[in-house]
Amino acid sequence: MMKVERRVISVIVQNEHSVLARITGLFAARGYNIEALTVAPIPDSNMSRLTIETKGNVRVIEQIIKQLHKLIPTFKVIEHEEMVEKEMVLMKFPINESLANIQALCEAYNGGIVNVSSQHIITMIADEPKRVKHFIEAAQRFHPVEIVRGGVVAMERE
Amino acid sequence: MEMTGAQMVIEAMKLEGVDTVFGYPGGAIMNVYDELYKQNDFKHILTRHEQAAVHAAEGYARATGKVGVAFVTSGPGFTNAVTGLATAYMDSIPLVVISGQVPITLIGTDAFQEIDATGISRSCTKHNYLVRSAKELPHILKEAFYLANSGRPGPVHVDIPKDVTAELAKFEYPTHVEIPTYKPTTKGNVRQIKKAAEAICNAKRPVFYLGGGIIHSGSADLVREFVAATQIPAVETLMARGVLDHDDPLLLGMVGMHGSYQANMAMSEADLMIALGPRFDDRVTGKLSEFGKHAKIIHVDIDPSSIGKLVDVDYPIVGDLKEVLDVMIPKVKECVDPDKYQAWREILKRYNEIHPLTYEDSDKVLKPQWVIERVGQLLGDKAVISTDVGQHQMWTAQFYPFSFPRQFITSGGLGTMGFGFPAAMGVKRARPDMISVNFTGDGSILMNIQELVTAVESRLPVINIILNNHYLGMVRQWQTFFYDKRYAETDLSFQPDFVRLAEACGGIGYRVETKEEFDEALKDAVDKGVVAMIDVIVDRDENVLPMVPSGGTLYNMMLEYKD
Ligand SMILES: Cc1ncc(C[n+]2csc(CCOP(=O)(O)OP(=O)(O)O)c2C)c(N)n1
Repeated sequence: MMKVERRVISVIVQNEHSVLARITGLFAARGYNIEALTVAPIPDSNMSRLTIETKGNVRVIEQIIKQLHKLIPTFKVIEHEEMVEKEMVLMKFPINESLANIQALCEAYNGGIVNVSSQHIITMIADEPKRVKHFIEAAQRFHPVEIVRGGVVAMERE
Repeated sequence: MEMTGAQMVIEAMKLEGVDTVFGYPGGAIMNVYDELYKQNDFKHILTRHEQAAVHAAEGYARATGKVGVAFVTSGPGFTNAVTGLATAYMDSIPLVVISGQVPITLIGTDAFQEIDATGISRSCTKHNYLVRSAKELPHILKEAFYLANSGRPGPVHVDIPKDVTAELAKFEYPTHVEIPTYKPTTKGNVRQIKKAAEAICNAKRPVFYLGGGIIHSGSADLVREFVAATQIPAVETLMARGVLDHDDPLLLGMVGMHGSYQANMAMSEADLMIALGPRFDDRVTGKLSEFGKHAKIIHVDIDPSSIGKLVDVDYPIVGDLKEVLDVMIPKVKECVDPDKYQAWREILKRYNEIHPLTYEDSDKVLKPQWVIERVGQLLGDKAVISTDVGQHQMWTAQFYPFSFPRQFITSGGLGTMGFGFPAAMGVKRARPDMISVNFTGDGSILMNIQELVTAVESRLPVINIILNNHYLGMVRQWQTFFYDKRYAETDLSFQPDFVRLAEACGGIGYRVETKEEFDEALKDAVDKGVVAMIDVIVDRDENVLPMVPSGGTLYNMMLEYKD
């Protein structure tokens, strides 16, 4: 069996009708796995950038890249070992948890408190996917009531 | 100049040099049909089912290499066309299929005859479009034809809402296409080609593995030259039948599940495979871990995703086969010593002597293989041969003496029953100079039998030869071999009277049980030049052999079946 690896792939596509459906359809039809997906237009262009976190063995990853390339609206497929990766997470805590402790935890993960209401505290962090996992584990002790992860965005280092 | 969307569709057909459109009208595409009515530049052939319209367009495209075109309406018209699109997609056939759609204002409301057509066709087309305004139409149509027939060819679907076909806009048809995101690699990497050439000259037991890409790229002549210059033996996939002349001594026959013994042994024992445009289909490779175990592999393909998909390749070359061969052949010629492969050729010859591709003829009952060989003797290269799907298809691939590319028209990738007859109509339309013969089964022919009416009305004299075994033969064969003869739902003893069916539609029918009767019927059908059904009653229990059971290894063929 070939080893299954996690990969982050960026795809630059032309903004046109159902381009996102083409990409997700490709993954669905060929049985590839999408762990996370983020999409947004690239400023001052008619292109969008998708960041896809996926898993597969070498042959599968190679096919994913080639198949993404093959889609007509695909402009570029970027897959680097070394990308700067960030993921954003919003988390909601009950108001009776310690504001100061939560604040300190979030600061350690590149974030802070972004909203406080009479019922809840909402925090935001943005960090590397692996550290996001640690943050979510560490935050459990403050009894979060809701967690929203944003999916990975990535940029080549060079 | 201003025109309606519908007028633009017709104009685009003219500018693309389309001479035939196959189709079926309906509400959402009526504006286009209204414009079609007013012109005489190309012919429309009204099939009696949209699936047949697309298969006919495929037959046309497969016989010529030109883009086949079909028009269908929205909803059920389009869904009927999907099997055709999928068939063309799997075999890389250039098509443009234009469907009507409900008006833009109604899209998403579950309107009458609304279906998410582009959603459905996305996974079985090379590309598709939902047209949003008449302004976009000229460049979309131009792109559709370009995409269909460039790079790796394939079907393109254009879905046009009814209000867009009525909308007025300026018509400027682009003269060339610029799609910044679509740049197929056509020139192979020269360094890779050089290395591959060296590998060929250094090999001891090389084999050419010829695939359908040779036909799509129009490089059969180059391949013939290549094979002749190197004297390296060659196997053909189902889709490559006809690349080499059937009597070329270097042709080992078809490879794969129903390939010849020598072809499959050559693949198993080769030390180098020169794969030109095949896609390593599981029907060819059998068990992957045993496939080409002793061989280095050169793989040339225009589609990078075809290379290394299933099998590791030592010399991957992405490019148009024609351009690659233009560079590769002279390089190989410089270093090759054809005598070197003499011993290898001898071994393969020996394999063929031990287990030639053959069958046991009979005086009591017609053998399907005999019928095919007989048509080969009588019509040879005067006929283009289509098939449906099943045993008859494999026997045709094995026993018909193909002598040129595009002579064999068959659904390889999808294996679509009901393909043969409409495709043969498309062939006849594209090649009126040829006799169009469709080998079919008693199961398959019923899947598009209504086209008898089209063929008669549109004067497309196709000769359907039903190899009638009163079974869904290929499925019955698997039940015999692998399911202890539990013939679940494959007995077709109850049948229509095919002769009268043909006559009811205005064609001619023949029922044939002897060799003499067969010769007479075929001669009569050819002489009369009419739509014909020759219902040939053949041995019920004949099996296609040799056979590599699904997932088996090429060197472990079943060579006979003993009850
Ligand atoms: C549309 C479709 N449905 C089902 C099948 C599965 N199938 C493959 S071969 C076959 C039997 C074909 O029987 P027939 O046309 O009589 O040909 P024969 O094998 O007897 O020559 C079937 C049912 C198919 N290929 N296509």
